[in-house]
Order: sequence, then C-alpha cells, then structure tokens
Amino acid sequence: MSLLTTTAVPAPAAARPAPRGTRRTEPIYYLFLLPSLVLFTLAIPVPAIVGIFFSFTNSVGIGDWDFVGLTNYAVAFTDPAILRSYLFTFGFSLVTVVLVNVVAFLLAVGLTSRIRLKVGLRAVFVIPMVVSGIIIAYVFNFLFSNSLPAAGQAVGIPFLETSLLANPDLAWLAIVVVTAWQAVPGTLLIYIAGLLAIPGDVYEAAEIDGATRSQRLARITLPLMAGYVVINVILGFKNFLNAYDIIVGLTNGGPGTATRSIAMTIITGFNGGDYAYQMANATIFFVVTVLIAFLQLSVTRGRNSL
Amino acid sequence: MATLTAPTARRPRTAAARPLRPSRERWSRSGTLLLLLCSVTVLLPLYVTVSMAFKTTGQAVDGNAFSLPAPFDVQGFVQAWQLTEFPVGLAVSVLVTAGTVAATILLAAVASFAIMRNWERRLFRWSFFYLLGAMFIPFPVVALPQIQLTGRLGLDNPVGVIVLATMFQLSFSVLLFTAFLRSIPLELEESARIDGATTWQTFWRLIFPLLAPMSATVGIFAFLYAWNDFMMPSLIISDPDLQTLPVRQQLFQTQFSNNYNVSFASYLMAMAPAIVAYLFTQRWVMEGVTQGAVKG
Repeated sequence: MSLLTTTAVPAPAAARPAPRGTRRTEPIYYLFLLPSLVLFTLAIPVPAIVGIFFSFTNSVGIGDWDFVGLTNYAVAFTDPAILRSYLFTFGFSLVTVVLVNVVAFLLAVGLTSRIRLKVGLRAVFVIPMVVSGIIIAYVFNFLFSNSLPAAGQAVGIPFLETSLLANPDLAWLAIVVVTAWQAVPGTLLIYIAGLLAIPGDVYEAAEIDGATRSQRLARITLPLMAGYVVINVILGFKNFLNAYDIIVGLTNGGPGTATRSIAMTIITGFNGGDYAYQMANATIFFVVTVLIAFLQLSVTRGRNSL
Repeated sequence: MATLTAPTARRPRTAAARPLRPSRERWSRSGTLLLLLCSVTVLLPLYVTVSMAFKTTGQAVDGNAFSLPAPFDVQGFVQAWQLTEFPVGLAVSVLVTAGTVAATILLAAVASFAIMRNWERRLFRWSFFYLLGAMFIPFPVVALPQIQLTGRLGLDNPVGVIVLATMFQLSFSVLLFTAFLRSIPLELEESARIDGATTWQTFWRLIFPLLAPMSATVGIFAFLYAWNDFMMPSLIISDPDLQTLPVRQQLFQTQFSNNYNVSFASYLMAMAPAIVAYLFTQRWVMEGVTQGAVKG
C-alpha cells in the first residue's frame, strides 16, 4: 500500500483558462482547500521542522536542552550501530527489490498469457497486499521457527535444522522472503498493466518473422517494459528502506542487532534518551530519501513514455 | 482516465491468430499448472493460519503446522477473544479505519476540486505541489517529533492516528482525484451554474457523485493502510487498552507464546476483515495500484 504513496509528481495539466473572463476566487474554494492545508502542515512539515531543530540540540525528549551544533551528526556518521543499520537496510532492500521484480515480472508474463483460471489466479496473487504485515510476519515467524527446522531435520539439510531467525548471518533471508511475499502483488499489478498495453500485432509481426518465444520475451517484451521496471525498482526500493512492521514481527531486530533497520534505529530514540541524536539520524535518512526521490523524478520525467 | 483499461480486461489479441497452433494449447496448460503451483506459496501461510486456529492446544503444539484440525475446536477463538479484549480492539480498529477512510475521501476530494478549478491562482497551484511533497517524507523521518507533539496535544490516542494516517494518505489521494477531475468536462459544471446552482451545490450534487469510482479507490487504500498498519498506532497510541487489532497481537510474543491455536485464532480474526473487503472490491484495488503508479 505504501508503495503508492511514493509516486512522483505528475506533469500538471495545462492551466485551464479561467472560465468567463477575470473572476475572483470564490471564498468557498478556500473553505475547501484550507482544512487540508492547515492539518497537513501541522501533521507533517511542522514535526519535520521541530525534529530537524532538535537534531542540533542535546534534548532527551523532555526537560532542558542546549544547542550542540553538528555534534549529533558527527557522532552519527561514525556510530557503528547506525552504520550497521544503514548497511543492513540498503543490502536487504537491494536483494528484496531484485527478487520482487524478477518474481513479479515472471508472474505477470504468466498471468497475461493464455492460461486457464486467469481471473481467479490473479485474485489469489494479490491477497498478500491486503494482509497486515506484522500479522503475516508472526505467521511466518512460526513457520521459520518450527516448521522449517522440522522439515530440515526430516530431509537432512544441516543449515535448515535450526531456526533461520536465530542465526545472525541468515535471519535477513527470512526478512527478504516475507517482505517479498507481501511486495510482489503491487509490483505484479503494475507489470500486468504494462504488458496489457503492448499492442498484440507487435508479437504477431515477430512471430511471422520467425522469432521464438524467448526471443520475443528478450527483444520485444523486456525493452517495451523498461519504463515499468524502472518505476517498480525505485518505488520498491524506497518502500523497503522504511522497513519496520515485518522485521518487528520476525526478528524484532535480532539476533542482537543483526537485522535492525534504519526505522527501528530511529525509534530507539523514543525510549533510549537519544531523542536529539536519533533525530539527526532521521534527518540524514530524510536527505537520503529526498536524493532517491530526485533520482526517481529525473528518471521518470526522462521517460514520459509511461 | 474513465476509460482506463481494467487489469482484468482480456487482451483482445489472444483470441485472434491462435487456433492454428495446437502446441500453444499444451504450453498454456503447463503454464496454468505452474501458476497454480506458485499460488501455493501465497495460500500456504493463510491455510496454516486457518487450520492452526481451529486446532486444540494439544494438537497445535505437536509441531505439524500443515495437518488439518482434528478435532475441530473453537476454544482458540474463545480465548483469543478474551485475552486480546477483541471487542475493544475491533471497535478501535473500526473507528480508526472508518475515520481515516472518511476523512481522506472528504478532505482530498474537496481540496482537489478547489485546486483544479483555481489552477491559475498561485496559492492553489503551489498547494498542489506542497501537498504532494509529503510523498518524500516517510513516517519514520517524522515519527519522533510526532510522538512528542501528539502527546503534548492530547492526541496520543486513536483520534491522533486518524489525523496522521489521513495526512499521510493525502498526497496520493489528491494526485488521483486531480487526475480524475481533469477528465470531467467543464461544460457540465457550467450548465449546472446556468441553472442557478452555487459552487457548493455543484460540487456535492454533481462533481462528488462523479468522483465515486476514484473515491472507491482512494477509500480502499486508506482502509488497507489504516486497518493493517502497526508502526504508527503502536507508537502514537499511548494507552495499551486503546490499541488497534494488529498491535494487540504483540501479546502472543511475550505471553501465551505456546498457545498457538489461541494466537492463530487471534491473527485470523484481525486479518479476515481486510481479506473479505478485498474479495468484494478487487477491481478497485487492482485499478488503484495501476493508476497510482502510472499517474505518478
């Protein structure tokens, strides 16, 4: 779902001519716009500014505080806990985004080809999108800690015999699997829309010219879908950087702090007395998010083929 | 926009040019089989949830997650109902979800209408980009100050979650509504005005009903977000008795962690409403994803 809240700014439609000469804006329009504008300002920009302000202080969330300049930032850049959370979150996001896009693309090709039960299958593949992340993580938590080790013992695969979630080197794999499980549907639906937009005669022409199925996939489908791949990769990556619910449900950041994401690290500032310090971390994270957003804008503006 | 292809629409080309190739038939059968096999990965966790929920405590701890319940037992549901204070959790979740859905549709629709009809005015044009800018501020970035500010304003409760969740949904919803408004011909409104309707009447009697399909899409996404979210309510709502259903499931990680039938019954009760809602609104969910990405 949050996949959607991250799309880029559209090119606005050409300004409509003011109907019938010069007119004053009716007051009713202000009444329509202002509630959103005021509430929005109070809910998001104001807290953001408050947070950035306190990132230059030594506030612990309550009581007195002093300005400390860039100290929090200087410390954050060399803090192994923060660096590890960035490394983990970026690594996990990269692996997940590749996995999700490969799986979703193949499923989309399958679901738009000549198959039976098309509507039913499509409905089933979308279900993970509507399930609560934390709850499905709890369900997978049970499967990873009980069923998978049991299966591993039965088949005799040593590395599966103990719970993945208890292994600091492998727990991230479980998080990748569950995150991908939930993220595939959104990506899949976008790919299906893209595939349905490719005109059929392109394939027919290729078929007449003797192109094989794999040639058609590689030479026609993939190039025509490039725009959709870019969108899906950027949207997915931005979402995974905010990972929280699923990790809480699977490992809660453990074992130790092996799977603690950036969002989880920021939240430790709430209880840990590191309020100002973690706000500096949040501000750094914000800058990273904005940089990725600009990348997204420049890439999607460059291809308005979508 | 109105003519946007539904993802479920058939591709016309498949009907043509195919009967000549019997080999394709065979492939499509194996394709169907392969996809059915893949769908097991989606259905298995859901099957485990349902079957565990109906087991007895004794059978639930035997280690076999995939067996069918024998005997069929609803004790898990009875205990889950009491342990999580399900009626309270449900009431809070329904309140938060209904509030978020209603507020998102209402605020985004009127704001989008005002923006689109006054695009030539700087205030309205800039408001559009201002509201959309929030797409670049994810919740974790502003979570800490929001926790503080809601606490200070007495909004560390479900009402605060409604306000924040609505505001985080606003960008995306305004984006969809403005795109849709562009497709409604101005002549329609002008004829209403000639008949003497005020702007207020024109919007509520003419435009808002026309926006219905987009309101459905916007509403479903607000619903899914508000119903399923864990991070925001867990951080904003300070009173555990006023927590939403997803947050209440934490109980089974700390206590009662071996009563698997109880915990899975509880998970099922919290998940089911979203899945049922999805089954009835599939078309809008699917179209919404596509529009969200393509309009973006």
